[in-house]
Amino acid sequence: MALDRITLSRFRNHAETALDAAAHFNLLVGENGAGKTNVLEALSLLAPGRGLRRAGLSDLAQAGGAGGFSVGASLAQPDGADPVRLATYARADQPNRRRVQVNGAEASANGLSEWLALGWLTPAMDRLFSDSAGARRRFLDRMVLALEPAHAHHSARYEAALRERNRLLADEREPDPAWLEGVERHLARHGALIAQARARTVAALVDELATLPAEPFAVPLIALEAGGPAAEEDLALALAQGRRRDRQAGRTLTGPHRDELLVTMAGKMMPAADCSTGEQKAMLIALTLAHAGLAARGRPGVLLLDEVAAHLDPVRRAALFDRLRQGAAQVWMTGTELAPFEDIRGEAAVWRVEGGRVMRA
Amino acid sequence: MASTEIERLASALARLPGLGPRSARRAVLWLVKHRERALPELLEALGGVQDNLSECPQCGNVDTRVPCGICSDLRRDARSLCVVEEVSDLWALDRARLFTGRYHVLGGRLSALDGVRPEDLSIDQLLGRVEAGGIDEVVLAMNATLEGQTTAHYLAERLESFPVRVTQLAHGLPVGGELDYLDEGTLAQALRARRPVG
Ligand SMILES: [Zn+2]
Repeated sequence: MALDRITLSRFRNHAETALDAAAHFNLLVGENGAGKTNVLEALSLLAPGRGLRRAGLSDLAQAGGAGGFSVGASLAQPDGADPVRLATYARADQPNRRRVQVNGAEASANGLSEWLALGWLTPAMDRLFSDSAGARRRFLDRMVLALEPAHAHHSARYEAALRERNRLLADEREPDPAWLEGVERHLARHGALIAQARARTVAALVDELATLPAEPFAVPLIALEAGGPAAEEDLALALAQGRRRDRQAGRTLTGPHRDELLVTMAGKMMPAADCSTGEQKAMLIALTLAHAGLAARGRPGVLLLDEVAAHLDPVRRAALFDRLRQGAAQVWMTGTELAPFEDIRGEAAVWRVEGGRVMRA
Repeated sequence: MASTEIERLASALARLPGLGPRSARRAVLWLVKHRERALPELLEALGGVQDNLSECPQCGNVDTRVPCGICSDLRRDARSLCVVEEVSDLWALDRARLFTGRYHVLGGRLSALDGVRPEDLSIDQLLGRVEAGGIDEVVLAMNATLEGQTTAHYLAERLESFPVRVTQLAHGLPVGGELDYLDEGTLAQALRARRPVG
């Protein structure tokens, strides 16, 4: 199986937890606060970024401990080759530095995405469609990142250049044109690459979503509304021409930081934000599954579904399990009881979680 | 418990880049152990630097000679001028012994967020040196960071009206990298592949 021999040390409420003999379906069952989602969060840190709670590193170490934590997992390789050991940790003496090891050697967090495609769906994402445009951009960027690891680098450089330009424009004095142009060249170079990567991901998702049946999950229609030109030269020109306007506005009004992910429910042609809670959830599941299908091409995929099954009606639940069974991605799901998982119980690896401990059921 | 004097020495050393309290204590213990020879040697070296250290009025390098050893070295090619952000970059490039011309230290890089403006850098002095003549090529050896590359772009534009060839270190520098931390092979490659700006 994709991930196996998972270990959590001093992670959240888990002192020492080990999960062995994982399967295609893996179920973590227990009361709220038992530590189920903490296991998913630990797995989500085997990807670049801050994991499924977007938590600070210092929040991850076990409370009352010496600080520092570690998470490890073995990743099966095709053709019977030795599994690759992935690990991420923070040391007690440097709790704010995330470290990554691949087969015992130091590696970069971005390097993790070469080994594994991770996706997740959590209750916190339920409000995504009514949330800010920025939240949807982050959601989209996480999907882009799983397909194109360089996206993180361009985003970081773009953000830095954007702050620099905004500061220059906010100056009382008329900003130096040569200086502005230097900063705008950065913005244009990295901004164009960001916009193009997002457009590629959205186009691939559109193709993937088009293959889905309309039932029983509401199918989302997605589109990218560009916040600026996607070609480098055009973006550079738009920035240069927008200096006076941006100076008055006090911020940069063109560029991919203004992109918007538009989501509509197919059939009804209704903006996702206006759809029912159940329809929104169904569209989120469809997006997550479509992306998992894309991301897992060429490398193993893992899907983390937190509290997803219990809130679906039996028909949709059965359909979800069918889709997941056919998919290549390994699935990790949580629930407060085992009953909703009756259909897959026989083929799943099941753990009971209680007080930061797991027991194979 | 060590005496106050030893504690003071340890804490002064601990503040040096790359040292920290643990290494500082080890250095102090070593000095104490070799106090007969090592202490006077260190004292004399530090005293010499304190008495004679100055910034080269021509290039901004830090040396005990005025002008600095590089500016006063007649074997160096005066027609070629390499512009760097910091003295540490100058030393890194010169350690590699790949560049035979002279240098100009800007004293930083343009950064609106850090409040570093063109007039905070020795840009006017640079333009003055170029205007005085005798220079054929200006090599912009800025770090491959946002601020470094912005500064290079700015300088290229300011140098446009002068009859000099303006070149820039080629990409191949690791992105986000700082000259000071590069190995000589990487530096050599970057310097070889320098190219005209614009
Ligand atoms: Zn000098």
